[in-house]
Amino acid sequence: MAVVEAHTQHLSSGQAHAHDEHHDHHDLPWIRKYIFSEDHKIIAKQYLFTGIFWAIVGGAMSLIFRLQLGFPEADISWLKPLLGKWITPEGKLDQEFYLALVTMHGTIMVFFVLTAGLSGTFSNYLIPLQVGARDMASGFLNMLSYWFFFLSSVLMFISIFIPTGPAGGGWTIYPPLSALPQAISGSGAGMTLWLISMAIFIVSLLLGGLNYITTVINLRTVGMTFWRMPLTIWAFFITAIIGVLSFPVLFAAALLLIFDRSLDTSFFLSDIYMQGQALHYKGGSPLLFQHLFWFLGHPEVYIVLLPALGITSEIISTCSRKPIFGYTAMVYSIIGIAFLSFIVWAHHMFVSGMNPFLGSIFMILTLIIAVPSAVKSFNYIATLWRGNIIFTPAMLFSIGLVSFFISGGLTGLILGNSAADIQLHDTYFVVAHFHIVMGTASFFGMLAGVYHWFPKMFGRMMDERLGYIHFWLTFIGAYCVFFPMHYIGIAGFPRRYYLFSSFDAFKTFTELDAFISMAAIFTVSVQFIFLFNFFYSIFRGRRAPQNPWKSNTLEWTAPINPGHGNWPGEIPHVYRWAYDYSKPGAADDYIPQNIPFSQTPESNLPHEKDEE
Amino acid sequence: MTTIDIKKTALYESAQRPVHMNPKKFAFWIFLVTVVMLFASFTSAYLVRRDAGGWLHFKMPAIFAVSTFVLLVSSAFMHWAYISAKKDNFGKLKIAIAITTLLGIAFLVLQVMGWGALVEQKIFFAGKYANPAGSFVYVFSSIHGLHLISGIIFLLVVFANVYKMKIHSKNMLQMELCTTYWHFLDLLWVYLYVFLLVNN
Ligand code: HEM
Ligand SMILES: [Cu+2]
Repeated sequence: MAVVEAHTQHLSSGQAHAHDEHHDHHDLPWIRKYIFSEDHKIIAKQYLFTGIFWAIVGGAMSLIFRLQLGFPEADISWLKPLLGKWITPEGKLDQEFYLALVTMHGTIMVFFVLTAGLSGTFSNYLIPLQVGARDMASGFLNMLSYWFFFLSSVLMFISIFIPTGPAGGGWTIYPPLSALPQAISGSGAGMTLWLISMAIFIVSLLLGGLNYITTVINLRTVGMTFWRMPLTIWAFFITAIIGVLSFPVLFAAALLLIFDRSLDTSFFLSDIYMQGQALHYKGGSPLLFQHLFWFLGHPEVYIVLLPALGITSEIISTCSRKPIFGYTAMVYSIIGIAFLSFIVWAHHMFVSGMNPFLGSIFMILTLIIAVPSAVKSFNYIATLWRGNIIFTPAMLFSIGLVSFFISGGLTGLILGNSAADIQLHDTYFVVAHFHIVMGTASFFGMLAGVYHWFPKMFGRMMDERLGYIHFWLTFIGAYCVFFPMHYIGIAGFPRRYYLFSSFDAFKTFTELDAFISMAAIFTVSVQFIFLFNFFYSIFRGRRAPQNPWKSNTLEWTAPINPGHGNWPGEIPHVYRWAYDYSKPGAADDYIPQNIPFSQTPESNLPHEKDEE
Repeated sequence: MTTIDIKKTALYESAQRPVHMNPKKFAFWIFLVTVVMLFASFTSAYLVRRDAGGWLHFKMPAIFAVSTFVLLVSSAFMHWAYISAKKDNFGKLKIAIAITTLLGIAFLVLQVMGWGALVEQKIFFAGKYANPAGSFVYVFSSIHGLHLISGIIFLLVVFANVYKMKIHSKNMLQMELCTTYWHFLDLLWVYLYVFLLVNN
């Protein structure tokens, strides 16, 4: 009760200041409010909806190629209305289109869903609300960031439908394959669109990141010191820094590749023969591209994962009703992971012909990443330990993330050994590793975030029971899809192959591949439970209370449906960290960040007495 | 739903914030970081590629020394413009910005002439006879040139705002950003030029 009183008292004291009562009388036109909005909350939702759209497209693509892998004999001419000429007259999937599907699936999931969809939604939504700011540092650049993303999405989407098909050289677009239109049809116009789309995507991402960093550093409310920031903010902040430092490198790589493709330079091309013909390219280095790509590519996997980890930290602490275990250690491990992520990129290139001695150095650096990762896992578990756990759907998805983070991280240790990687590189073992640790884990983080902040975003609650069903089916389904891939990977299945049944060695695994495909169809199908719950609840969900999860962070002090500017009165000041859950002596099991110590003498620790 | 006028409240609120740097300025510095990263990747790509062998050694045409000098001089005028703005000396400010802009354009013309000199040395950007050693020079200078064009546009905007009396000693943000950007682009080119001299 004390809390509620404190809260209202605070608001009224805010009202007393006449000077912050500047209500906006000229209402913005509809289009500036919902389409070209500069409000970070609207932009976050735009990212969320676009991300969901892309997740559906990317998921559908994976189903098509899983059909091919699991049931290579099947006649899939029933897909002809959708895929047209990419289904051969014999009712089979076109081989080059298979490669294009894999490429687009990877690109869409990594960049459009788990980078733009995840950071774009939650960094945008939560940073101003949780640090206590009216909006992002520059609403205009923020709006621009979304619309660049939109443009890049449109181009990528168009590329799916052009006659030569979308890009087909893998999401890592290694030249020479991606550089020569003669190589596969996917390296024609599809690849050009891919590169242009990604260049625009990078601009969008940099504009976003610039805003996130500036907002966190400059616009924190009074009392919100760095060491009082919720871990979500730390994660988004560091993620943005990684993005700003690494994406320009991909931009450079893409630019040089564009020159190679369209202007006939040879940065990445050399000594190539095609159908007996020597091409004129001289002096380029394909390895150089790999260095540039993975200098972004490895940080990128953490750009995808860290926001999910931040969301998880917040939810696990709130729903265990316990302070996060080792807050400082969590911050330092985020920083440590971020730092290390820049010096391990060549573990993707152990077998590329790189100097093996260099390989050993990268192996050691890679294995060191396990330390901060283990610290984080340990802290999650220690937070849960003897917590007063409340299993909301968001909490379940967060715990699911921890599970995937651990099981996928372990296989990372195996792959990180440059000797073991000779066998495992480019097999399904790698596919299993990164789908578990990056794909599924980050997806779970994103879903957890949606379930947890839905009441704030839409002012209504999602249905819990559907949430539980969604969680369990997805959790079991995802393990069924990705765990068996370890076995077929160890058995030597290379990734990106169209057909395995023509090799004797692989015949014994036919059933397992069929099982994976069925599990994939199942797992994707159950996402409709989520989609239904999400859209239904936006319109029909139970109305959300002010602070449904009894959480400490500032966003729950804003009105249930916050307008532009977030707080109608003065911005709340912050007096404590975000994790005063179940504090001994306190009346309630949570004390929001905007409650001064003077109002909680019964629970103050000795050093906090000074601040009363 | 109440909405509030963010611009007005922000003024009062920013006075109490823990960090006092202007957010726009801060964001601008981060933008510069992304440009630094872009060119850091170009130059390290250059080194990685050079060490892989098959590298063509050649002399940078002398004209690039001239263009570098011109750009350095333009920075001096930029600084003059900045000081004049701070002293509200608008006559000098206009002259200084005009000269900076003209020198910037001269720099670009010289760079293009530099490409001409490269072609005369048979150092091509692309095609059958091109070697990455040469292509990189074109990439460095053209991408830097594109940034410099954006810098010139920025100068023109500032110039227009000086006429509209929007820039003066009490309203220096745009002037400061423009000055920083111009010096930055200058420094960036000096780095690229010295890099090419040392590493070719
Ligand atoms: C203990 C930590 C980790 C280690 C030691 C590790 C190690 C590795 C290694 C050595 C590879 C290359 C395998 C190969 O291609 O032969 C790899 C691939 C990959 N890892 Fe990890 N990893 C770790 C954690 C993570 C995390 C946390 C993520 C994402 C959030 C991630 C995402 C990926 C991805 C996406 C690939 C494959 C990229 C591709 O080739 O398409 N890894 N990992
Ligand atoms: Cu990696």
